[in-house]
Amino acid sequence: MYKILKAQNLASNIFLMDVEAKRVASAAQPGQFVIVKIDEKGERIPLTICDYDREKGTVTIVVQTIGASTVRMQKLKAGDSFRDFVGPLGKPSEFINEDPDSLKRKKILFVGGGLGTAPVYPQVKWLHEHGIDADVIVGAKTKDLVILEDEMEKVAGNLYITTDDGSYKRKGMVTEVIKDLVEKGNKYDVCVAIGPMIMMKFVCLLTKELGIPTIVSMNPIMVDGTGMCGACRLIVGDEVKFACVDGPEFDGHLVDFDQAMKRQNLYKTEEGRAMLREQEGDTHHGGCGSC
Amino acid sequence: MDVMKKVPVREQDPKVRATNFDEVCLGYNKEEAMEEASRCLNCKNAQCVKACPVSIDIPGFISKVKDGDFEEAGYVIGESSSLPAICGRVCPQESQCEGKCIRGIKGEAVSIGKLERFVADYARENGIKPKKCETSNGRKVAVIGSGPAGLTCAGDLAKMGYDVTIFEALHEPGGVLVYGIPEFRLPKEDVVKKEIENVMSLGVKIETNVVIGKSVTIDELMDNEGFEAVFIGSGAGLPRFMGIPGETASGVYSANEYLTRSNLMKAFRDDYDTPINPGKKVAVVGGGNVAMDAARTALRLGADVHIVYRRSEEELPARVEEVHHAKEEGIVFDLLTNPTEILVDENGWVCGMKCIRMELGEPDESGRRSPVEIPGSEFTIDVDTVIMSLGTSPNPLISSTTEGLETNRRKCIVASEEDGKTSKEGVFAGGDAVTGAATVILAMGAGKAAAKGIDEYLRNK
Ligand SMILES: Cc1cc2nc3c(=O)[nH]c(=O)nc-3n(C[C@H](O)[C@H](O)[C@H](O)COP(=O)(O)OP(=O)(O)OC[C@H]3O[C@@H](n4cnc5c(N)ncnc54)[C@H](O)[C@@H]3O)c2cc1C
Ligand code: FES
Repeated sequence: MYKILKAQNLASNIFLMDVEAKRVASAAQPGQFVIVKIDEKGERIPLTICDYDREKGTVTIVVQTIGASTVRMQKLKAGDSFRDFVGPLGKPSEFINEDPDSLKRKKILFVGGGLGTAPVYPQVKWLHEHGIDADVIVGAKTKDLVILEDEMEKVAGNLYITTDDGSYKRKGMVTEVIKDLVEKGNKYDVCVAIGPMIMMKFVCLLTKELGIPTIVSMNPIMVDGTGMCGACRLIVGDEVKFACVDGPEFDGHLVDFDQAMKRQNLYKTEEGRAMLREQEGDTHHGGCGSC
Repeated sequence: MDVMKKVPVREQDPKVRATNFDEVCLGYNKEEAMEEASRCLNCKNAQCVKACPVSIDIPGFISKVKDGDFEEAGYVIGESSSLPAICGRVCPQESQCEGKCIRGIKGEAVSIGKLERFVADYARENGIKPKKCETSNGRKVAVIGSGPAGLTCAGDLAKMGYDVTIFEALHEPGGVLVYGIPEFRLPKEDVVKKEIENVMSLGVKIETNVVIGKSVTIDELMDNEGFEAVFIGSGAGLPRFMGIPGETASGVYSANEYLTRSNLMKAFRDDYDTPINPGKKVAVVGGGNVAMDAARTALRLGADVHIVYRRSEEELPARVEEVHHAKEEGIVFDLLTNPTEILVDENGWVCGMKCIRMELGEPDESGRRSPVEIPGSEFTIDVDTVIMSLGTSPNPLISSTTEGLETNRRKCIVASEEDGKTSKEGVFAGGDAVTGAATVILAMGAGKAAAKGIDEYLRNK
């Protein structure tokens, strides 16, 4: 059993949990994910790692309620436990293996959309701890859905927040912020964009035009998360890749987003579909296990 | 009674079982088992034992069954096998023990598999536990993977007094026995779980949710956690696809995904959360045990099912019994047929499959006649779901994170057949991880050999 030490709502439909999982905490790196199973009858839900504390042996996850399982998960409190919590899965972000000096010379732009802000955070934090301050754009539909602002403020170089409806800070899409920054003369060597598929797709279209190599984190349907089932397969370049072992991060300019979005619809139940339509169509980060 | 024939075994009626997940074969009762046991000739130089990868004393246990001493029969099997209720159900007996049975020359072989199953079921139902080693030597051995190879190796080492921990990536132990082979062929609660509990009752610990190579590496286990030797029994779980157009469409599954959803995640039961989209018209591509299992699972979930296989019936690699059962249940076999493209509708869903007819040409290296396309014979079949069952290969997670561990060109770990030794000191391997996808009993044989190898290595260390 894996004990929940802290459970906190970040927005009405987004919550954060610190979970005791010693092996995961001691091996976790930015870019990786875990699979969580609530109880005997629950499904295996892939979730990106948002933070980890090696000393305390805890891992932080941030979850958006999408289907029945994540709604059930939100009801758990500090002191409750998950039956299963396995990881860290997937490959760590490439930059952690890069030569520190060449990395320091790089200008990196992070783009976190909605829940995608959570997996962006450990990467920015890691860089900060290694003396590199990256620019970060956080986009959300509305003020209530801007998450981890204080945490991000502490580790980011410049932080730009934008909301679709203009209810907080700047108004508009993340792509407009990217355009502005580049027009103002900022030069970026690499962009890391994590968020709803549709957001990643449009960021990639833009950065391709701007000539900025871009990494995205894919979160397709998964079952085992170890390469055993192939449910997570994606087309990257001309190759079929398994997101759970070959990713989850890929060269965004090579990912076939249209195909990935179609596959993601596979298990949308009538119930989940209705809920999604109500929220934001196709634009959540996935990982709910029921989409 | 006709001594030339097997005592028939009771089975669920095909029409009834096609709609449920209960076990197909009901097994022998005491009387039937004793009668079948009396057919055994108790050969001095028993060929059946030689054909058994774990060398069970077959005439020995059968003669105990004949006498009605089922408990003792269980101990005789237990000396060589720690998973008899499983083997009795899934071993390809026709090509092993029963294939060599002298009775089989003029009539039908003795039903060794069904007798093994009976003895194991009797022991379980009557609470008879395997004998445990009383003195522990306190030396720690790690076993990676809880499939038949890992369970056997762990059980044998525990019997010798070692302190064994199994590390399993999934949330349930059992490997293919829990995620692959379906309930109707191998009941999970009553058989697999109980047999794993027996291994644990020998003192073996199991830590689930640990992916070796990700959560912790082999070197860390040996350097930081005090394990003096490691056995890798991580199986061959990576599914292959054909590489034809349309294969990433919604509605195309690997057999592993389809079976994992149904077996491990229990998607066939309404009270479990994991969804499965069973399909209405399903094509299963392939002809092995895995293909039969996927097809029969889809059938039970309400689909019309076709098996699409590029060779002829004779070459089907599945167990004879499974093919027979599949046909009885109403699965259609499209033989000498090979898919060339999966057709996809505007929403990304499968809406058909293009195939081509094949004929058998010259035998290939494996001795099987290789199929060749018949030009101009393309046709389309109407399906909404395609399950790819083309075989699997070992997962590179471990080999890619363990320095000094040699693999071959098929990504299989290189290990000695005799004692499981790999190229890395203190690390042993066996089962599908070494051979590529094979059988339960071969994996057990390898686990057994490696347990001996590890014991020898640690004694001399
Ligand atoms: C659907 C299906 C039907 C079959 N039917 C039959 C049959 O009727 N008869 C027969 O004899 N054989 C059958 N087989 C084949 C047989 O099941 C296998 O040959 C056998 O299970 C191999 O045993 P193993 O212990 O080597 O590996 P597995 O049973 O594959 O077990 C390996 C275990 O290791 C775990 N693992 C993998 N990587 C890691 C890691 N990095 N860290 C920790 N754990 C890890 C896996 O999760 C798994 O639990 C069938 C196979 C399938 C898929
Ligand atoms: S989730 Fe099963 S292979 Fe990736």
